[in-house]
Amino acid sequence: MPRQCEICNNARAILRRPKTGQRICNECFFYVFETEIHNTIVDNKLFKPGDRVGIGASGGKDSTVLAYVMKTLNNRYNYGLDLYLLSVDEGISGYRDDSLETVKRNKEQYGLPLLIVSYEQLYGWSMDSIVEAVGRKNNCTFCGVFRRQALDRGALMLDLDHIVTGHNADDVAETILMNLFRGDLPRLGRCTEIVTAGDGYIGRSKPFKYAYEKEIVMYAYLKHLDYFSTECTYSPNAYRGYAREFLKDLEFVRPSAILDIIHSGEAMQVASDVQLPTLAHCERCGYISSNALCKACILLEGLERGVPKLGIAKSARHAQELLANESAMKSAGKAVEPVHFELLRGKAQAMREQRQMKEQQQECHDCTATSCAFACDDDATGLCSSSKETRRCACADSNAETNAAAS
Amino acid sequence: MSEAEEITVNVEFSGGMERLMKDQASSIQAKLPEPATIRDLIIHVRDNVVEDKKELFSKNDTVCPGILVIINGSDWEVEDSEDTVLSNKDTVLFISTLHGG
Ligand SMILES: [Zn+2]
Ligand SMILES: [Zn+2]
Repeated sequence: MPRQCEICNNARAILRRPKTGQRICNECFFYVFETEIHNTIVDNKLFKPGDRVGIGASGGKDSTVLAYVMKTLNNRYNYGLDLYLLSVDEGISGYRDDSLETVKRNKEQYGLPLLIVSYEQLYGWSMDSIVEAVGRKNNCTFCGVFRRQALDRGALMLDLDHIVTGHNADDVAETILMNLFRGDLPRLGRCTEIVTAGDGYIGRSKPFKYAYEKEIVMYAYLKHLDYFSTECTYSPNAYRGYAREFLKDLEFVRPSAILDIIHSGEAMQVASDVQLPTLAHCERCGYISSNALCKACILLEGLERGVPKLGIAKSARHAQELLANESAMKSAGKAVEPVHFELLRGKAQAMREQRQMKEQQQECHDCTATSCAFACDDDATGLCSSSKETRRCACADSNAETNAAAS
Repeated sequence: MSEAEEITVNVEFSGGMERLMKDQASSIQAKLPEPATIRDLIIHVRDNVVEDKKELFSKNDTVCPGILVIINGSDWEVEDSEDTVLSNKDTVLFISTLHGG
């Protein structure tokens, strides 16, 4: 006999929640899943009305479900957010090009504007060409550093207030374990935070921080969401792979393990004698950085000079040694100077001012002009000056009468 | 002994699971002697359908943690997980949760 839903007692249960062990039906699952995300958003005050929020979209399950849920909640609870899809094209053929097709379909399905920024366009190097230069061993370092900055660049191009990413509870627990096992205390302290600072201007958050991967996949399955599921062709990050397998084994015998680990991570305090780097800006590109040059600029410099090991050098001295051998270097000559962050910030600021000005103005009743001529609408007819001209020629008399009557 | 009754089960793979299968099949039909449980099906798939990396599909005669099993549209944990008894024409879907974000 089919089991009944333990919430509504009214329908067939189709899912056992890993968080609670409850067996629940379709509709109750959608409701509790979405409501928990809503509560995470409200409890942590992730947004304010009018915010422009970018959804980091990879085409994978997490970000696809995130886009769908964000759109749903924004409508249901009137968050008043302007939502955007923001994707990074790393330039990995057979992987990212396919997943970006999924993002483009999501754009149509959800009716959200999409911006794709590519490594090629931003840095002059695609991951395919980086792998060609550095081999398959350290390419993940490049990808991670470039992606982080690429998202910030995209966010400034769209003048976003905030970026949300699809990291789920399993990802967060996995990262806690990895940082713990590596003794990376500064990261251990930061990785449990639901909001992080981004480049210092644009905050990032993880609305799925407490959402189990199993529920995200079930949600996508039950809602028939269109997502892409291929492993990155360059991906083997062995360390993360082991952490993940270990975590899944733990979850198997004790489903609460994932939330328990997050809880422990949150409760851990980074000792005050652990040096947290003080942050300044990169001399070259203006990105936030604890050193004179940010990690991306060092990696790029290494690529340009044909010493790709530069950025993954173990110490500053090691990097100096590598640079000292400069005579042996050839220029790979791809040179795209990344756009300076001050310039991006300036443009974002200008866009913001323009929007604010537009909000204050009404549109002309006759045409859609919002030009400066409109600012001279001192007789408050709601017409731009050129429309006034036109009206005057066409029906000056009747128009004058209407205006007189109105005032 | 009379001939054993056989059941036919529709088996589907998604979320990247299909790439572990012979010919990257996203669906197959499995014939199992009755009575059959999900455990019997997992062993059958592991031995006959998974191409090579069998350890990515199954360990200890069940699926690897992180693979969801959906029987006729509902989570196998709603029923009796591995011990759930299969009927003729049931559809079982294996979804990997491990791929991509
Ligand atoms: Zn229900
Ligand atoms: Zn820089």
